[in-house]
Amino acid sequence: MLEGIGILSLTIWVPIVAGVLLLVLGSDDRRADGTRALALIGALLGFAVAIPLWTGFDKTTSAMQFVERTAWIPAFNIHYHLGVDGISMPFVLLNSFTTVLVVLAGWVVIREKVAQYMAAFLIQSGLLNGVFAALDGVLFYVFFEAMLIPLYLIIGVWGGPNRVYAAIKFFLYTLLGSLLMLVAVLYLYFESGGSFDILAWHRLPLSMAAQVLLFVAFFFAFAVKVPMWPVHTWLPDAHTEAPTGGSVVLAAITLKVGAYGFVRFVLPIVPDAAHELAWLMVTLSLVAIVYIGLVALVQSDMKRLIAYSSIAHMGFVTLGFFIFNPLGIEGGLVQMVSHGFVSGALFLCVGVLYDRLHSRQIADYGGVVNTMPKFAAFMMLFAMANAGLPGTSGFIGEFMVILGTVEVNFWWALAAGLTLIFGAAYTLWMYKRVIFGPVANPQVAALKDIDGREFLILALLAVCVLALGVYPLPLTEVMHASVNHLLEHVSHSKLVY
Amino acid sequence: MILSMPDLLSAAPEMLVLVMACVVLMFEAYAVRGQADTAAAVARPRVAGYVLTLATLLAAAGLTAFTASGVTATAFSGMFVDDALADLLKLMTYFAGIAAAIYSRQYLADRALMRGEYFALLLFAVLGMMVMISASHLLTLYLGLELLSLALYAMVALRRDDAVAVEAAMKYFVLGALASGLLLYGMSMLYGLTGTLELGKMAAILAGGVDEPVVLAFGLVFVVAGLGFKLGAAPFHMWVPDIYHGAPTAVTLFIGSAPKLAAFAFVIRLLADGLQPAHGDWQQMLAVMAVLSLAVGNLAAIMQTNIKRMLAYSTIAHMGFLLLGVMTGEVNGYSAALFYVVTYVIMSLGAFGLILHLARAGFEADALDDYKGLNRRAPWLAALMAILMLSMAGLPPFVGFYAKLTVLQALVGAGWIWLAVVAVLFSLVGAYYYLRVVKRLYFDTPHSLEPVTATPGDARMLLSVNGLAVLALGLLPQPLLSLCLQAMRLTYG
Repeated sequence: MLEGIGILSLTIWVPIVAGVLLLVLGSDDRRADGTRALALIGALLGFAVAIPLWTGFDKTTSAMQFVERTAWIPAFNIHYHLGVDGISMPFVLLNSFTTVLVVLAGWVVIREKVAQYMAAFLIQSGLLNGVFAALDGVLFYVFFEAMLIPLYLIIGVWGGPNRVYAAIKFFLYTLLGSLLMLVAVLYLYFESGGSFDILAWHRLPLSMAAQVLLFVAFFFAFAVKVPMWPVHTWLPDAHTEAPTGGSVVLAAITLKVGAYGFVRFVLPIVPDAAHELAWLMVTLSLVAIVYIGLVALVQSDMKRLIAYSSIAHMGFVTLGFFIFNPLGIEGGLVQMVSHGFVSGALFLCVGVLYDRLHSRQIADYGGVVNTMPKFAAFMMLFAMANAGLPGTSGFIGEFMVILGTVEVNFWWALAAGLTLIFGAAYTLWMYKRVIFGPVANPQVAALKDIDGREFLILALLAVCVLALGVYPLPLTEVMHASVNHLLEHVSHSKLVY
Repeated sequence: MILSMPDLLSAAPEMLVLVMACVVLMFEAYAVRGQADTAAAVARPRVAGYVLTLATLLAAAGLTAFTASGVTATAFSGMFVDDALADLLKLMTYFAGIAAAIYSRQYLADRALMRGEYFALLLFAVLGMMVMISASHLLTLYLGLELLSLALYAMVALRRDDAVAVEAAMKYFVLGALASGLLLYGMSMLYGLTGTLELGKMAAILAGGVDEPVVLAFGLVFVVAGLGFKLGAAPFHMWVPDIYHGAPTAVTLFIGSAPKLAAFAFVIRLLADGLQPAHGDWQQMLAVMAVLSLAVGNLAAIMQTNIKRMLAYSTIAHMGFLLLGVMTGEVNGYSAALFYVVTYVIMSLGAFGLILHLARAGFEADALDDYKGLNRRAPWLAALMAILMLSMAGLPPFVGFYAKLTVLQALVGAGWIWLAVVAVLFSLVGAYYYLRVVKRLYFDTPHSLEPVTATPGDARMLLSVNGLAVLALGLLPQPLLSLCLQAMRLTYG
């Protein structure tokens, strides 16, 4: 460790500094190769500095680790306060890992303004790490909102034909939620006697009315990000129009920010309101799982289909959180990590096809297996994982959540279990139409199989998906202490009258 | 009354600016007359006027900074006050004046407006603002206000062969005179009620209770309406878009920056110094004005196709936010509003500076569509513009976010949670039109790919510093924040 700079600070600032360097050095597209190499080095460095979080993590405690705390804006008692526990640490790693893949994925395709593209992703990556590591309300908010800016530019500059609409919709939708949260954060500041410390808010007694209002404010901020039905409509647009890398980051990381917000803010700060309104959350989650699953079935655009399947899968996460048992919450967290791998991989697969044929329509493909066998094998694995096949990471999270739900209510579990059918239906049907069958047209016949770079990206993700599916213990072990602590905390009422 | 030396000392910066404004005016008149009409001979004194203006403002800044003690000192029999708030605001005013001069030089030279009058008027306007900032007496306040306004009317009409500019100046003058009338009428009622024009005494008398609450209420209504006009807050905002649009951009830049500081000082001096005991009455009026300004400013800005008009409406919305801070009637709220106005001036200078920078001889870069694809033509300028726009939208990590945060914090602290919610919802609307500018900068294809013509290096450098300051203050807002808090506490704590 560098003297005086904590590991968490490094995970935030290394990518950001690398991004700024790129902007300064790489403005000339004629030297794009150097720019790309520099971006890759930045991303790898960002991942490297995050590794000590895993190796040095103490699994026995639920306390915050790698804590850094210095005064930032003493006038308002705002601190630069970072720390991770078993809940947030995996996401810092996941994010740093994804950034490497995203840089690789944009290697060839992005030819214009390469430096700006790569820099946006690196800066975004640093900001996202900040979101997961921040323990100060204002610091969290700053990262939470600042990360919208690079993503807005990524979608708007390098996206598809309808990118402007998608980018602005994405931005305003998510901003609406976070602005209400800002008022909630300020309210908590005064209620807690002038502190922005999130951990202090966890201990703060609140009246039921205040809790419900805070719940609503936080709900808007995080439900939009998750996204939960019915505030999900920005996601299919944003996903569809974003460049491949943008879709991957959106699916793998930014959606997790919303779910993370529920476990870091909503459950511990307003536990009584959370219990009181759990029915609402469960209902919305089940609607997402069942209804959005059906919506996914009828999509003709591959990216849209995967976007809807993301909403359905994130429904599992929120369902798991609001049944208040260890299986549910841990299952939800595992599902978040798994979904990060699987949906990221699926978007990359679509990206591979799109780079070659410039179409996302399922109808334009068919018989791809004949010309791209290696690719077809990889996509098969990820499709199976998306459908929740045992042995892949997709199975673990869903299974844990369903198991947890059965303990609470059989019918909920049954409804949630429908996803195993729908998920298999929409994923495998899409797979069948794209990959199998006779070669649909001359363009498909001329397809080249994946090259070394694409193979590397997909292989890395395949290893993660399988490893997590076969042996999830290392991940659940890390989370265990923190999840138990959270449940213990949530089960105690902190009402005041 | 006999003036003693300490009196003169606390007003030394004002005297300096007054003397120098006259010198600049005279210099032009005499230096040009004696010489041949060659272009070089005409240009020389004009540059001299520019240099003299910069030197004056720098010297005044030095004087103010040197004499700043944090102790409140009154002078001229209680008509003039020199306190921490005044020092901070005056320093910001000089800075805004300097930036305005540097940004506008090339623009003025291109349009043959680079004459002594511009700089003399600028100095007179600065002097008016300084008097307003240091006023502790209704007469001084009014004197400063009129000095500022008259200088601004003339500046708007500077391009006298341009019909739009002249119309804007007329409109400004007529409406400004009306507002001054309202203000004077309100002041006369307050005088009749309390028998004094001195703000401190007025507060003491009002605190003891008044016999005629109706007269007080009427006086307040007129005074607050006058204030609203000078701030450009709805429903007294009508002049803002036209003047911003019609005036030469160099003048718009100036009107949009430093006078806001003076207007803020005006509001604080009048309401917090003189009418604090009637807080309950003016609070409601300010709340209504604030909400209206947020609504009108943000909603109307969406429909604009001209960036100067858009920024004019956005100014109205910003003034709404500022009023929200003042409305709380507490030191926290005042310092939040002070921080807001200071950061707003920095952002506004940058934004108009950029418009000036992009404008070329014979071409005003004032349609929003002129900014299409700027990222491909001049990435650095596009980045600066994006920073400024996102900061105005109140997004972290830029300083505009902390401005909104401090005001919201003061609001929530004073128990006005619903107003805070209203304010953030209108910020969301505001984000839309700022984002549309960013969209033009980055997403759209430019009309032509020709690179932006090089303009003077000093303006470009200042622009970079200005834009980066918005970012740097956003990453480390503490120094400026505590400065504002400190100034307010020293003055009203």
